[in-house]
Amino acid sequence: MKKLLSIFAVVAFAFSAHAGTLDDVKNRGFLKCGVTTGLAGFAAPDDSGEWAGLDADMCRAVAVAVFGDRSKVEFITTTGKSRFPTLASGEVDMLARNTTWTISRDVNLGFEFVGVNFYDGQGFMIPSALGVSSATELDGATVCIQTGTTTELNLADFFRLNGISYEALPIETNDEGKENLFAGRCDVYTTDASGLSSTRAAASNPDKWVVLPEIISKEPLGPLVRHGDHQWGDVVRWSLNAMIIAEELGVTSENVDAQLGSNVPEVLRLLGVEGSYGEMLELAPDWAYQIIKQIGNYSESYEANVGPDTPLEIARGLNALWTQGGILYAPPFR
Amino acid sequence: MRSNLNFFSDERFRSIFFQTLVVGLFALGIFFIVQTTAYNLEKRNIATGWRFLSDPAGFDISFSPFLEFKSTDTHLKVYFVGVLNTLLVSITGCIAATILGFLVGIIRLSSNWLLSRISYIYVEFTRNVPLLLQIILWYSILIQLPRVKQSLQILDVFYISNRGLYSPRPIFESGFTYIFIAIILALISSFFIRRWAKKRQDLTGDQYPVFYTSFGLIFIIPLILFFILGSPMSFEYPEMKGFNFKGGLVIRPEFIAMFLALSIYTAAFISETVRAGILSVTKGQREASAALGLKQSWIMRLIIIPQALRVIVPPLTSQYLNLTKNSSLGIAVGYADLVHGFGGISLNQTGQAIECMVIVMATYLTISLTISFFMNIYNRSIQFKEK
Repeated sequence: MKKLLSIFAVVAFAFSAHAGTLDDVKNRGFLKCGVTTGLAGFAAPDDSGEWAGLDADMCRAVAVAVFGDRSKVEFITTTGKSRFPTLASGEVDMLARNTTWTISRDVNLGFEFVGVNFYDGQGFMIPSALGVSSATELDGATVCIQTGTTTELNLADFFRLNGISYEALPIETNDEGKENLFAGRCDVYTTDASGLSSTRAAASNPDKWVVLPEIISKEPLGPLVRHGDHQWGDVVRWSLNAMIIAEELGVTSENVDAQLGSNVPEVLRLLGVEGSYGEMLELAPDWAYQIIKQIGNYSESYEANVGPDTPLEIARGLNALWTQGGILYAPPFR
Repeated sequence: MRSNLNFFSDERFRSIFFQTLVVGLFALGIFFIVQTTAYNLEKRNIATGWRFLSDPAGFDISFSPFLEFKSTDTHLKVYFVGVLNTLLVSITGCIAATILGFLVGIIRLSSNWLLSRISYIYVEFTRNVPLLLQIILWYSILIQLPRVKQSLQILDVFYISNRGLYSPRPIFESGFTYIFIAIILALISSFFIRRWAKKRQDLTGDQYPVFYTSFGLIFIIPLILFFILGSPMSFEYPEMKGFNFKGGLVIRPEFIAMFLALSIYTAAFISETVRAGILSVTKGQREASAALGLKQSWIMRLIIIPQALRVIVPPLTSQYLNLTKNSSLGIAVGYADLVHGFGGISLNQTGQAIECMVIVMATYLTISLTISFFMNIYNRSIQFKEK
């Protein structure tokens, strides 16, 4: 009996034991990246069916770091609810899914947030015809809210704090929220301000909608991995940081080849000309060069997906570099 | 060696041996699953336990007709709200499905070609389209109703919009308790009158107008009492205030979609069960009762249905169980049932997936076993009693 049990224990261990995620990804030949079910600007299929957006770029950057090839990634859609079990069960290697970094998710759920790729805050969107100019005037409104999110909790707190009432209409996906809002089943839609801009851009007549000025929460959105696999966490963390540092140093996808001959030491370290940072991460020496070459730096990704020239029209704001009035800041590359 | 062989050739020993083996392996399998789960949870640093039940939920549930729910209430209360909402849609759905199912089943057998064709098409269409699609279809139709500001108005007191059906809410004042007591007393006495009348008919053959007596007791007397007491009831009317109607009684489109889809879908199955039950009663029964000179409606009510019920009730029980379990699809349209509220939102906000799912599963098991228990009692009461 004892022997039998020990066999079971071994089997159990074999089932649950992971080799490093980095090795798993390398052996598999592609990265599995969890994204939203479709949020324009962050992760949504574009006209040609390719996934595009800030989060999609994050996935691609990691794929480039590991394989040197931006196409070596499989996008797996997750809802607000399915994202954590999907990551915990190992069905995806990482999440880049508009996920707010909170203490309970970081600690209690057993995940590791490796950085912030978008500083967001929760806002409200409402038809301009209702003539509401502040969220405190929303007494009695029906509010569409994605379940299982931090916004759901912030919403309850906000209305409680202001002593006003509301009716929550729980929805699962952003598309459901759009459908209910446009049909008038709910008066207000609340989610991260970036998500509202995305939803507004998708409306047939964006001018008929206003995003109220109140931002009621801090929502630092960032990629996350399973807790405990630090090597993999480092790969994802520094893929993001490389993009931010590239912007700081003025390295872009266009000038990256010229920058190989730069005289700035940090540029040379970043591009793998000096030092052995790729080796430390068990990646190719030119991993960061490839990210910048194939994806671009943070600013390029931002401007292409969510910036003022896109339908989302989100100004850099908090997401500008720390040197330019924002809070985007990456540790030094040395 | 020889004695060993003897053991295995003994049938009793063999059966005990294999049964023990099977039970042992089963227990070992469960043990293995539990161990692996606990091991993996620990490895992934996921905290376990039941403490979260007493933590404040932090979110709001708007559809809670029986309990007042605030965001400061606990996850345990989320659970109770969910159970009540699941029971609400299951019970109303079962009642409606039974009525509709019996009607359609009987109509299907009617000699009227058009009627029987219509019920045939209804049955084949509804039971061959996935329930989830039907729920979404009903919901999509309902949210295309006019917006709340342009609500359809009926008799100045009912309002229909895509936020639901608003109607006046009765408010019972102090004197209403007497009327309530009168109705309960009337119900109890009707039950005894029926028993007495049946016994008398068995003994003497005389009939007693049970229906009219009961009707008078249950409706007329409380109604007279109502006016004597000076109408101790008033209505709260829904009123447009700001974004929504305030006051009154509201039935939400999420509930209506679930109710319609569940009852219409299940009624199709029930109607087939009813049809099978009626067809199982031999033709001779019908002919014999016609020869005795019974009216057509009496033949159905007194001869055919009681015998058909013996065949109908066991599969009917499983239809009730199906409907109850299918109510968990409420999540598709945001109906705040047990799976959506506790098994969904609470699970997701706390991350206690295993605990929440165990509770939800145990609850469905309890509800289902309760339905089975009562249906089995009913089933026993309608079986042939050998005399």
